Amino acid sequence: MNFDDTPNEAAFRKEARAWLEANVPSEADLAGLDEVGRAQFWQKRKSDGGWACITWPKQFGGRGASTLEQVIFDQEEAKLDTPYMGSYFSIGQGMAAPTIMTYGTEEMMARYLPKLASGEEIWCQLFSEPAAGSDLAALQTRAEKDGDDWIVNGQKVWTTVAQYASYAILVTRTDPNVPKHKGMTYFCVDMKSPGVEVRPIKQMSGGSSFNEVYLTNVRIPDSMRLGEIGQGWRVALTTLMNERASIGGGNVGANFDSVKALAERLEIDGKPAIEDTIVRQKLASWYVEEAGLKFTEMRTLSALSRGDEPGPESSIGKLVAGVKGQDMASFAIDLLEQQGIQWDPEQDEREDAVFVQNFMSLPGLRIAGGTDEIMLNIIAERVLGLPPEPRVDKNIPFSDVPTGV
Amino acid sequence: MNFEFNDDQIFVRDVARSFLKANCPPEVVRRVLEGNEHYAADLWQQIVEQGWAATAIPEKYGGLGMSYLELVLVAEELGRVCAPVPFASSVYLATEAILLAGSEEQKSRWLPKFAEGEVIGTLAYAEKAGVTTADTLETKVENGKITGRKTTVADAEIAQVIIVAAKSDQGDGASLYIVSLEQDGVSYESLKTIDPSMNHANVIFNGASAELLGGEGEGWTLLEKILDRAAVLYAWEQLGGSETCLAMAKDHAMQRYAFGRPIGSFQAIKHKLANMYVKNTLARSNAYYGAWALNTDAEELPLAAATARVGSTQAYYFSSKESIQTHGGMGFTWEVDCQFYYRRAKVLAVAIGSERVWSDKLIKASDHIEA
Ligand SMILES: Cc1cc2nc3c(=O)[nH]c(=O)nc-3n(C[C@H](O)[C@H](O)[C@H](O)COP(=O)(O)OP(=O)(O)OC[C@H]3O[C@@H](n4cnc5c(N)ncnc54)[C@H](O)[C@@H]3O)c2cc1C
Ligand SMILES: Cc1cc2nc3c(=O)[nH]c(=O)nc-3n(C[C@H](O)[C@H](O)[C@H](O)COP(=O)(O)OP(=O)(O)OC[C@H]3O[C@@H](n4cnc5c(N)ncnc54)[C@H](O)[C@@H]3O)c2cc1C
Repeated sequence: MNFDDTPNEAAFRKEARAWLEANVPSEADLAGLDEVGRAQFWQKRKSDGGWACITWPKQFGGRGASTLEQVIFDQEEAKLDTPYMGSYFSIGQGMAAPTIMTYGTEEMMARYLPKLASGEEIWCQLFSEPAAGSDLAALQTRAEKDGDDWIVNGQKVWTTVAQYASYAILVTRTDPNVPKHKGMTYFCVDMKSPGVEVRPIKQMSGGSSFNEVYLTNVRIPDSMRLGEIGQGWRVALTTLMNERASIGGGNVGANFDSVKALAERLEIDGKPAIEDTIVRQKLASWYVEEAGLKFTEMRTLSALSRGDEPGPESSIGKLVAGVKGQDMASFAIDLLEQQGIQWDPEQDEREDAVFVQNFMSLPGLRIAGGTDEIMLNIIAERVLGLPPEPRVDKNIPFSDVPTGV
Repeated sequence: MNFEFNDDQIFVRDVARSFLKANCPPEVVRRVLEGNEHYAADLWQQIVEQGWAATAIPEKYGGLGMSYLELVLVAEELGRVCAPVPFASSVYLATEAILLAGSEEQKSRWLPKFAEGEVIGTLAYAEKAGVTTADTLETKVENGKITGRKTTVADAEIAQVIIVAAKSDQGDGASLYIVSLEQDGVSYESLKTIDPSMNHANVIFNGASAELLGGEGEGWTLLEKILDRAAVLYAWEQLGGSETCLAMAKDHAMQRYAFGRPIGSFQAIKHKLANMYVKNTLARSNAYYGAWALNTDAEELPLAAATARVGSTQAYYFSSKESIQTHGGMGFTWEVDCQFYYRRAKVLAVAIGSERVWSDKLIKASDHIEA
């Protein structure tokens, strides 16, 4: 048991680090660019250097490298100060691309993947609807055949980066008269098509990273379909599996180091807050979670390094990290007492701003990409093998399923 | 990256698992819990014959010279079955104390006996309710004779030798001593505890001979190091117990029907079990970290040990109480085995200091290491 790279891994790490150090964008490179522009600049540079989407085949803009090599590259990249990538590429590269690779034609792969890798085209995910979130298969957006095309009508919601997206992955209902999981069909759609209207939604944190997307008589050629007609659920599962894999337990700003540092700086009754028993207890428990996630990831990587499939333990990442980050941010505000609530979302350069930012944004992490409750259900049913709940919506036509409206 | 046990180590674990399945079924735990034995002497005999007590003792002292990576896996299996034997006291504490602090002569004298199970050891530092520190120690040694009283010592009436922390007017305020329990000047107050499947007693020293272990006035520092090492081993034993709680709860939840469905199909039960899985997974990964640090004597050992210890303590408590809950009324009965784990979880949780104590150590240790 050790944490050492194999000789191959070490050589790869060295090569990756050398390239990264030589190519990290300077402030001059990024001058005048907004957040998305900076992200695209860096993605393009990685792509030009052969370091974008490195697990993909070379002909589609990748490097033909292993998952472990991707992780090594990401670890090295995280050590440097590089532009914030947000969700600009993670949806396209992490979710649309694997679905296209599984269900798309050679032409589709050749057309879309290289521009996903280079960051030239941003993709979004048109899955959730007002009445279909956790229960995605309840979606109502209709697609109807019209010659060689499909005509799509409906409303999608919570669509991250739709305002920047060139394309989207979309699940629609093509047959409401069969049970819900059987009547869906999956498409890629050009976001510039007539009838696509993106309206920003303001989040409680003040920003607008997600949107409503109205689809009114949007025409999609049948060649943009992924999978068979009526097989949309199966295709969507490929996307969702990759979504769960990509929204990991990544460490947020309110973490052990930052909250401990805060507790060293602040005082309780004239003594450093870090000397307070309750503070120590809470920090220790969070450290156990943080370290537990880190070493769980190491176990996953070790499996990859040996060429094995990782075990189910990686499914706990987002579940643990979401609540932990939220609670740590909340506790940091408590430590700051009255002053803890100060926040100007427009501009806040203070060192402690990270806590209010996390406090206001982490509720979203616990919902996006599978809520905490759904993650617990998944662990209970798929990992532990507990029986599914009886369902009232399975074997009846979709049009007869109760919706509460 | 190879943060995993190798095939030989997994083999040791598998052998231990099937051995204990055959030789330590719940009836053995129940026999000790309900009877007058201090421990399952027959099982202990078999365990030492398997060489488990010798696992991490170097060959030159009569051990098997394997690594701590094998020992932690044995610990996990013992925890899984709630084994009623003095393995933790003798192997994690007494053996580790001699290995860490003993002179060459002391090692040669004691380790072969521990390895063969000819001698069972234990360790004591606590003297009162609440936290005992070097400052509060009252046990003292004068002219090689020890006087004082140690409280709630695990396996005291089973062991032949005990490592004792006593007051010192030098150094860190304490020294460690090796004291034979088979001599005049040692007496016991037998205790009843929440876990009758283990032996606990107060030990009273009244002029018994004591032999210095490690330097005079270095006792507390040594003790902390011994406890750090033991904490990793305890963490694995606790993890094993916690895994059994999840397995029992799951089996029950699949079989028990209420309202026309298996109770495992109710989310209240599903989420409970999923949360057990999450805590056990975090605890396991931290226990790996502890095992690595123990095995390589890493600089991070104090932090890794505290992390593993706190994680396993939390997981075991949670799983053992929620396993009872999942079993409903029968979980609360003497008849059903859930109680073994609930009892043992708490006994192990305070054995070398509570979660609070180890949380405090964790924060202290994190001062010295970049997280
Ligand atoms: C920041 C953010 C970004 C997002 N980005 C996208 C995107 O780009 N594209 C996209 O398609 N979607 C996106 N989503 C939508 C996201 O996938 C859904 O919000 C999520 O799946 C939950 O659905 P819902 O909001 O309809 O809540 P609901 O499904 O209505 O859930 C409400 C509550 O009920 C609980 N619940 C529901 N079903 C069950 C059950 N079976 N058992 C127990 N509890 C249950 C939930 O856990 C939750 O607490 C985003 C969401 C957020 C917050
Ligand atoms: C100390 C004690 C005294 C008692 N005294 C009496 C008495 O005097 N007279 C008497 O008649 N009974 C008595 N009982 C029995 C008591 O009422 C039952 O134990 C209790 O109702 C639970 O039923 P059960 O034991 O069959 O567990 P189960 O019903 O099998 O429950 C097992 C687990 O499944 C969960 N569960 C079951 N159904 C659901 C659901 N729909 N949703 C979510 N979770 C669910 C439960 O919460 C529990 O965690 C006593 C029990 C105890 C512990």
